[in-house]
Amino acid sequence: MKIHIKNGRLIDPKNKIDAQQDVFIAAGQVVAIGQTPDGFHANQTIDASGMIVAPGLVDLSARLREPGDEYKATLKSELQAAAAGGVTSLACPPDTDPVLDEPGLIEMLKHRAWQHNMARIYPLGALTRNLEGKTLSEMFQLTEAGCVGFTQADNPIVDTQILWRAFEYATTFGYTLFLRPEEPFLANGGAAHDGEVASRLGLKGIPAAAEGLAIASILRIAAETKTKVHLCRLSTAEGVEQVRQAKAKGLQVTADVSAQHLHLTEHDIGFFNANAHLKPPLRSIRDKEALCKGVKDGTIDAICSDHTPVDDDAKLLPFAESEAGATGLELLLPLTLKWAAQHKLPLMDALARITCDAARILGIATGHLSLHAPADIAVFNPEQSWQVMPEQLKSQGKNTPFAGLEMLGKVHFTLLNGHITYQY
Amino acid sequence: MYNPQLDQHKKLKHLLTIEGLPKAILQQILDTAETFIGINEREVKKVPLLRGKTVCNLFFENSTRTRTTFEIAAKRLSADVLNLNVSTSSQSKGETILDTVNNLIAMHADIFVVRHNQSGAAHFIAQHVPEHVSVINAGDGRHAHPTQGLLDVFTIRRYKPDMHNLRVAIVGDVLHSRVARSEIHALTTLGVPEVRVIAPKTLLPADVEKLGVQVFHDMQTGLKDVDVVMMLRLQNERMSGALLPSAQEYFNTYGLTPEKLALAKPDAIVMHPGPMNRGVEIDSRVADGAQSVILPQVTYGIAIRMAVMTLLAGGINT
Repeated sequence: MKIHIKNGRLIDPKNKIDAQQDVFIAAGQVVAIGQTPDGFHANQTIDASGMIVAPGLVDLSARLREPGDEYKATLKSELQAAAAGGVTSLACPPDTDPVLDEPGLIEMLKHRAWQHNMARIYPLGALTRNLEGKTLSEMFQLTEAGCVGFTQADNPIVDTQILWRAFEYATTFGYTLFLRPEEPFLANGGAAHDGEVASRLGLKGIPAAAEGLAIASILRIAAETKTKVHLCRLSTAEGVEQVRQAKAKGLQVTADVSAQHLHLTEHDIGFFNANAHLKPPLRSIRDKEALCKGVKDGTIDAICSDHTPVDDDAKLLPFAESEAGATGLELLLPLTLKWAAQHKLPLMDALARITCDAARILGIATGHLSLHAPADIAVFNPEQSWQVMPEQLKSQGKNTPFAGLEMLGKVHFTLLNGHITYQY
Repeated sequence: MYNPQLDQHKKLKHLLTIEGLPKAILQQILDTAETFIGINEREVKKVPLLRGKTVCNLFFENSTRTRTTFEIAAKRLSADVLNLNVSTSSQSKGETILDTVNNLIAMHADIFVVRHNQSGAAHFIAQHVPEHVSVINAGDGRHAHPTQGLLDVFTIRRYKPDMHNLRVAIVGDVLHSRVARSEIHALTTLGVPEVRVIAPKTLLPADVEKLGVQVFHDMQTGLKDVDVVMMLRLQNERMSGALLPSAQEYFNTYGLTPEKLALAKPDAIVMHPGPMNRGVEIDSRVADGAQSVILPQVTYGIAIRMAVMTLLAGGINT
């Protein structure tokens, strides 16, 4: 299959290309940019006039809900959502049922995803067995099976002795740990940012210090054990500042933020809107501004969807009892574009955060359109605005705090390995 | 701004929280309650304002007192009353709140009086009932207990009619108290210029001053020259642990004794939403003393609940 994408504006952040250039694809690879290669006869031509041609998005966190939670979502539904959102590589956390803590489960998941052939999936293995924070998982064998890093998802290790050992063991083999910083005792039972809104609504709060304390512990141990740490879903101004200082000191630390947290604050909970119940919680306006600044100056390396499809029943409950999370694969690109437009960030920089920067953190080879790279491509109209209608999302999870809101940018074609997985 | 409690004509549709309700509506409820005071003192205590209507007391959390006052209020308005303690029936069988509510709607209840241990439960139910059904929040988690807030300001207005010239102190566990939140909103909406909260730091929510109150941590300065002292109940399970060391120490520091009350104005009134913990948050000499208006609060509570149900059911005009 040979494809010619013509008349588009190619933006490839990794190679610092932003130019009107055609892309030529054969045998699943980018075979030429700009000039038609000798003897190239396209089977299909995609007219990308007025569109941007970019590397397929790399998402640092998307829950696919398999195995075990198929009533919330399935691989099929969520991989279709990924394709519709222009996401071609995604990391999935291990908090499934059973937990992804055995090589066999990783192999099965990768195999099933491969059969769908809609996106590349990169599982993050459980750092401890069953995410219980007690016994280390078989990290070497899990890596052999396809894990790209290890995480506790939303179940932090309470015992700092075990945390230290987990850091040491992972570092033995050079693995990256993906940790969402939240001190579990301070966060216990909380459902919203411990501030004005939680106080008014009578919701138990999670103080910003819960994140700061956890980051301080993680960074301190990482400095000692020389561990590569990726801090997931920063939510506080304090957290951003800690990462900024750690990077200045030369620690091997990276960080991400969810697209939701760049747009929303605690005030978006409104009258107990369960779709605004997220982990970590939406925080103050000041925190949101610090997160935005962090992404702009590179303190925060990547933006992710934190895609978490939740079934209606689990959201149709009083706020604190509802399950946290928002569907996000189809909104990552438009939320990033809208955010970049609002903050006057060049398109190249914004796209870097959801392509090559995320790929660098995962240590994977995608997220760019170099010659002979896999032809994972998103073709989108950056000016097209559209309204989020939850029932029209491909994801089985209709849970989004952005329902009814205007989005900027619509994917028209997604290509994975040189074949079209989505067409608008 | 959108207000889920008002219909398109800006009339009260549900009573979920005092926050965001216009002053005129609060005054309308208080004035309507005034007219019911007389009825409650008559030989025949019934009026036919809610005849043919069904009021359903839907209690997901145990309560005798509040449920009883709602029941009396509904019966004095000639409504049919259904009492459901869901914590002991459906929920334990795994039925969701919405299933329970939908079943009761199918039985044609007109007003739901809801109590639930989760903040936002009343809003949640109000979002999912049909147009003709009204919801009254009888307490949701730590969030709101609007009829309690209303009966408290009603009581204050009866004893201290000039609301624009009052200093009010709310004492105790503000953090966990839906009563305190509703009192604060009711007082500030009605124009009370100075509302104080007095509590140790462990019993105050974050950024509490943003609710429009002044914060004090000791009774000596906090009670100075106040006109009204509103005590809060301290739950048994919170008396000893990470929030407070012991009930005795709490009584020593924040319990309302005659000596501490003497710091307030000589004609200050003392209130408590009940049930009281004598010797923990309040000294019996104060609870039963001349300045206590705790029992009148209960009496007025019935009139307030009658007023709210009447307004929700279509006003007194019908």
